[in-house]
Amino acid sequence: MQSGKSQAWLTRFLFLNAILTFFLVSLGGKVTSMGVGMSVPDWPQSYGYNMFFFPFDKWLGPGAGGVFFEHSHRLLASLVGLFSIIAALWVAFAETRFWMKVMAFLALFSVAFQGLLGGLRVVLDKYNLGMEFGLTHATFAQLFFSLVCALVLFRSNWWRNASPHPRAASLRPWILATCCIIFVQLTVAATMRHQHAGLAVTDFPLAYGKIIPSISPAAIASYNSSRIEISDSNPITASAVVLHMIHRLLALVIVGLIATCALKSRSILGSSHKITVYNFLWLGLVALQFCLGIATVLTGKSADIATAHVAVGSLTLMTGALLSMGCYRITSPRTALNLRPAPRMQSASSQLA
Amino acid sequence: MNKCLFYSAAVLGLAASLQSLSAADLVGKVTLKGTAPAELAMTTVNADKVCGKMHDQPVFTRHYVVGQGSGLGNVFVYVTAGVDAKSVPPAAEKAPEILDQKGCLYYPYVMGIRTGQKLTIKNSDPVLHNVHSQPKENKEFNFAQPLQNQESEKSFTVPEVLVKMKCDVHNWMFAYIGVVDHPYFAVTDKDGNFKISGLPPGKYTVEAVHMKAGKKSAEVTMAADGGKAAFELEAPAAAK
Ligand SMILES: [Cu+2]
Repeated sequence: MQSGKSQAWLTRFLFLNAILTFFLVSLGGKVTSMGVGMSVPDWPQSYGYNMFFFPFDKWLGPGAGGVFFEHSHRLLASLVGLFSIIAALWVAFAETRFWMKVMAFLALFSVAFQGLLGGLRVVLDKYNLGMEFGLTHATFAQLFFSLVCALVLFRSNWWRNASPHPRAASLRPWILATCCIIFVQLTVAATMRHQHAGLAVTDFPLAYGKIIPSISPAAIASYNSSRIEISDSNPITASAVVLHMIHRLLALVIVGLIATCALKSRSILGSSHKITVYNFLWLGLVALQFCLGIATVLTGKSADIATAHVAVGSLTLMTGALLSMGCYRITSPRTALNLRPAPRMQSASSQLA
Repeated sequence: MNKCLFYSAAVLGLAASLQSLSAADLVGKVTLKGTAPAELAMTTVNADKVCGKMHDQPVFTRHYVVGQGSGLGNVFVYVTAGVDAKSVPPAAEKAPEILDQKGCLYYPYVMGIRTGQKLTIKNSDPVLHNVHSQPKENKEFNFAQPLQNQESEKSFTVPEVLVKMKCDVHNWMFAYIGVVDHPYFAVTDKDGNFKISGLPPGKYTVEAVHMKAGKKSAEVTMAADGGKAAFELEAPAAAK
């Protein structure tokens, strides 16, 4: 075990990696929102250049267009990859908890796998597999982000010194189930986005003037012919309309579930317990996410709003995942038996966590 | 005297051949029934640092080009049945078709080409475009044209109407190419008029395809002095 100071720096470093990963996911969302995933058609090179020596004027110059976002995404991904290597090695040396080392290496393998998926999305686009790989890349990114954030949670003083709360056991399945539904929702969302068909339903709160829109071939043809789009020119399909409606329905379910979790948490743990506080923060996030979803429709899928919707979506899943783990922490029998608290950390890390 | 005879024969011959050419034209018009939705101002083009400089007017989308007498432009009209494959001249004889990138837009927006015919793709802009075809039947290509006045040649092997072209650097750039295995196709002008030249007499099925307003086909009989066809496509219902 190293000194407390170096332990605090490891936590800070993991926190920094989590922030970078958040920007990486958001930038990836921006690339997809703009439909510029193929603006650098080769990989791992960028227009034949080694990606780290790609000319500045092509990357940052006034005519770079979508290339700026795609190439920046690749560079930031490399940085997160490098940080994940350092993090895994650092954790291996500085951590006493074996499972924590396993998690850090899992994060490292995930980021390598993610890089490969992203590359294949570009390389296999010409075999019409770009959508499948892009979708997997986007979905896996959400899991990776939650994992990287979980590493920070496991390093926090709260985690090390959590006191058992057996009654929270009834809260646990609610949070976990909500979390799973959010993941399903993000998968649905990633599918919608990677179809590059723009908005399958262009109005809100109704859908083509109805509560349940028609998906007859004639109706789909009329949606397409009345739509005047600037980008995202793949035609709307019946399945895209169905997916869009499922996304709206799930959004309502998730808001209801998170509100239930927050109220349950308050009644079980009291309003000052960390789990309750973060539960209400979670409710705030999903409310923001709900509004961003509406704004995405009403702005005709403006790339910036759609990207914010992706970013807050990943925060919502991450908060849910961390809450599930926190809930597990205070209800697990090991916590109850843990009479000897882990050594206290420096105050710096508790501020970060 | 001999000379005079020769000249008059030549003139007569020329007139006859001209007539036989024009005689085999299929002419017609595509009209739009109803009101087309309003086009959108492409503010992202005007706001772009390089592309915006090449436009002093606001750029609009080009989905519905409606001209005189409700004529609908950018409709791809082609013969779908009745062509005798043996009578078709080889594609190699035709000059290459040109797809130009100018002011960060594709010109033409809709075009036709034969299988095996060369397509010259040109970048008239001082900015990088990547040319990305999105076919369902043909082989996809995606390459970059970083230099001004750069030209590349491509072709399509399988008939496919319409192949979408896009630029991933500029997410508003699209073009559509109708690929057919004979020379009997045309794209309507801004007033919806088209002319398919050199179609021998006989019975044909002709189809008019518009990206938004859908497609309609018609049975056409070509006489020795040509033929006529009219198509009416429908705009979406105004109520939404
Ligand atoms: Cu371009």
